[in-house]
Amino acid sequence: MEKKTVLQIKDLHVRFDTDDSRVYAVNGVNLDLREQETIGLVGETGAGKTTTVLSVLRLLASNPGAITEGEILVNGKNVLKMSDSELEAMRGNEVAMVFQDPMTSLNPVMTVGDQIAEAIEIHEKVSKAQAFKLAKKMLETVGIPGYRAGDYPHQFSGGMKQRVVIAIAIACHPKILLADEPTTALDVTIQAQVLDLMKKMAEEFKTAMILITHDLGIVAETCERVAVMYAGRIVEIGTLEDVFNRTAHPYTEGLFNSLPDLSDRSHEPKPIKGLVPDPTDSYSDRCAFANRCPYAVEQCWQKHPEEIILSDTHMVMCDRYQEKGFHIERGTEHE
Amino acid sequence: MVRYFIKRVLTLIPVLLAVSFLVFWLMSMTGDPARTIAGDTVTEAQLEQMRETMGLNEPITVRFGRWLSNALLHGDFGKSLYGDDCWKEFALRFPHTLKLAITSILLTIAIAVPFGIVAAVKQNSWVDTLLSSTAILGLSMPTFWMGMLLIVLFSVKLNWLPSGGDNGTILSLLMPMFCSAVNNVALVTRMTRSSMVDQIRADYLRTARAKGVSEKKVLWGHALKNALIPIITTIGTQLSFLIGGTTVIETVFSWPGVGSYTVACIRSNDFMPATCNVVLISTMTAVILIVVDMLYAFVDPRIKARYKRG
Repeated sequence: MEKKTVLQIKDLHVRFDTDDSRVYAVNGVNLDLREQETIGLVGETGAGKTTTVLSVLRLLASNPGAITEGEILVNGKNVLKMSDSELEAMRGNEVAMVFQDPMTSLNPVMTVGDQIAEAIEIHEKVSKAQAFKLAKKMLETVGIPGYRAGDYPHQFSGGMKQRVVIAIAIACHPKILLADEPTTALDVTIQAQVLDLMKKMAEEFKTAMILITHDLGIVAETCERVAVMYAGRIVEIGTLEDVFNRTAHPYTEGLFNSLPDLSDRSHEPKPIKGLVPDPTDSYSDRCAFANRCPYAVEQCWQKHPEEIILSDTHMVMCDRYQEKGFHIERGTEHE
Repeated sequence: MVRYFIKRVLTLIPVLLAVSFLVFWLMSMTGDPARTIAGDTVTEAQLEQMRETMGLNEPITVRFGRWLSNALLHGDFGKSLYGDDCWKEFALRFPHTLKLAITSILLTIAIAVPFGIVAAVKQNSWVDTLLSSTAILGLSMPTFWMGMLLIVLFSVKLNWLPSGGDNGTILSLLMPMFCSAVNNVALVTRMTRSSMVDQIRADYLRTARAKGVSEKKVLWGHALKNALIPIITTIGTQLSFLIGGTTVIETVFSWPGVGSYTVACIRSNDFMPATCNVVLISTMTAVILIVVDMLYAFVDPRIKARYKRG
């Protein structure tokens, strides 16, 4: 059965103008998120993952960040054309977000109960007291005893704070949850707990999720689909199977090769050669990965690669696949 | 919390004792009240006789001890050279000072905090530049000069407002209130702006926006409360200055407050009322500072937690 698309990002371009340069953060991202699915968004720092996700809630600092092109449809409505009040009604209600650093993403002078209740009060027609009661319940849902609702963020540990942030995000049962490296700032032992919690919440409330991470292990555990970003574009997207077992993009292969293999001590991780892409270059006239790509040929330097459909679920942005029989080391031959 | 408060009040005692003694001693150094009363026509022997009856020949510590015990036990702060009771004189003038101080600080808050927030939000825009340069202008304009300009305009030319005194209506209050607020508005605006600028890019504001909080509430609810501590500090300090009486403004507008009275007393070597005024004002200043400290705890739970620990 085909699932409904809840979030559609079409040809999104974002750039930041600073005093002396123009940074091309996102250069034409296309992404469909369907009901109840979890997409992992991976890529190195500066690839435009966070910018893409923040655009969905229009949370980019308006100055100097600017969405120059594209459409973002949440349940069919274009976020970029929403009025302020429509935007406020959508934020936290239809689309919610979990941020990277729980240490700074909670208001230090407000009780956690109030911070959760605030979201409920805005979106649901309930009294202040009722909202606080619901907030307590929400805290319990994320594994924090309800009596702690009157405590302030500094009285919680990092993992607990992230649970509070999650509670805020899911307080109004959003259809879409955006998670920006929700576990990066946490202790390794806590990471698994928080991920499990998010997964559980997403299932319980039937929430679709975009999970930003650069940990491929997390992706394998929690996501159904994977999108790989490089220099502001999605260079490969597919099911977990597609990307992990039938890897198509040379950059994705590079990512896998740079992982250490714990089962083989003699295995040397191979980092991707060369420098990270220049953010002030939009790479519209050539492949952004060409200078680091072991498979690059003359034509990769001459035009920007197209999206090539390998199967119903698998897309790669690499022109070499136009050649019959081309495949990378890790991948398999595609028809 | 209560323990911290009591501790703060207790530390106040030695401070106020030291201040009282210092003021008492300095005042007694400034001149000879006996000569002030007697004038130039008396002989040295007569002067000596007067000093003896006024108790001026006793050691400073003895005189201070007597003054202090009278003040603490009987509420008797001594008499002025003209025989007026110091406490009564103070109580007569202080309400005027307090009225001016409170209204002026309220006016300051009402103008400066919104200005500061707007300047911070529109950081580096023309609005910010306009507000900031107005603030500098307000800060650098001498109050006596501005006071005189106002009198010329509103009292002499337009005849709208009384040029001085406190006739009990808002009309006589307007100009002195405005004048004493100008400098403070400038200061508090700048403090609010810089404190808000620190908060405005904070992550928790993004969290608030992400849950659908309106921009107005994000600024006034979330950001301002976090930016409040330095603002409260500035306002508290300014208020304690105002409580001391703004001598310049009281003089320009013939405002019957404590400040100009104290200066007049000092100039005429009338040191009992001067001492009384200064000591009472310092006590109030100290109390205001404690109140500001306690306000911190209500604004920031982290400070409250620290107070609780002792």
